[in-house]
Amino acid sequence: MSSDWPAWEVFVRARRGVGHVHAGTVHAPDATLAVENARDLYTRRNEGVSLWVVRSADIVTSDPDERHSMFDPAADKTFRQPTDFELPPDVAHM
Amino acid sequence: MPATMPAETSTEPPDSDGTGALLTYVLRQGDRSMVLAQRLLENLAHSPELEEDMALANVALDLIGQSRLLYTYAGQVEAGGNAEGGSAADPSSQPHDEDHYAYWRPDTAFTNPLLVEQPNGDFAHLITRQFLHDAFAAPYWQAMTASTDNTLAAIAAKAVKETAYHLRHSRGWVVRLGDGTEESHRRMQVAVESLWRFTDELFEHDDVEDRLVRQGVAADPATLAAAWRDTVTSALAEATLDQPSDAHMRSGGRYGRHSEAFSYLIGEMQSVARAHPGASW
Repeated sequence: MSSDWPAWEVFVRARRGVGHVHAGTVHAPDATLAVENARDLYTRRNEGVSLWVVRSADIVTSDPDERHSMFDPAADKTFRQPTDFELPPDVAHM
Repeated sequence: MPATMPAETSTEPPDSDGTGALLTYVLRQGDRSMVLAQRLLENLAHSPELEEDMALANVALDLIGQSRLLYTYAGQVEAGGNAEGGSAADPSSQPHDEDHYAYWRPDTAFTNPLLVEQPNGDFAHLITRQFLHDAFAAPYWQAMTASTDNTLAAIAAKAVKETAYHLRHSRGWVVRLGDGTEESHRRMQVAVESLWRFTDELFEHDDVEDRLVRQGVAADPATLAAAWRDTVTSALAEATLDQPSDAHMRSGGRYGRHSEAFSYLIGEMQSVARAHPGASW
């Protein structure tokens, strides 16, 4: 019967102040049940305080065949990374 | 009122002793949750979808958690004390633990309403049984958060959130299937017709409830009945299902008069504990 129920992507926010992170997929016949199924599958161990679901079919993805032109040019731009900055010794949690 | 009470689990309406009434009342609620959970777990791996199996298992685990708290409290009440530090009848005696009430009572000692023991049929039947129960349990635990019995109020504070979710889930299915396809509508109407006769019993009251309602310990069945009917009437209307007539209501579960199928359910539930007494896992 899974073919009858569309797939939904599930995003969980672990706590206030952080973003929703992709957790996995559920099957559900409608949006209401998608949220309920996501709750039962992905927040049963206290993982979250908020849920998003979106139909998998509505996700627009980058083209895997274009991945080299999409992502490789960032590989040698180390000046975009903060690794060359020296942290003052008093700064914690960086 | 005598300070002590014979430590027995009676299914008869209790006498005028307050401890007996409270014990009977707590066991009725514990049995309701326990038996419904057992029926749900019988269905494990038979739901229409894996996701729904998870959902119903979660519901069952919530219900078992509620019955564990209630059975544990029953043990304290039966031992003659209560959670607020009342003096035990015999300080050296150990109260019954939760397993005693689940595994070591005969089927005729269980006092759950007949609705929750009804055998699983198709999914429409299962979810209708759940909905008719949840429409009772949600306002029940809401009301019990104001109980003058601190232990019951504390259990209610936990259960009220769980049952509110159960109701949301089962009500959603009732509407989804009732107002679904021709076949799902037909099955839902059959389920509602076959289970309706067990709904009156949820609101029965005898000396136990009457006494505890007066003391502010128990929720008033009359108030709960009104809330239940509002919930059910609106859901059935939204689901385009006909509400059956109230004729031929059944009862007896609270006095240990159960269906034949119930004995098999309890027998299976108790078989491991009885084959290996005292085992832990």
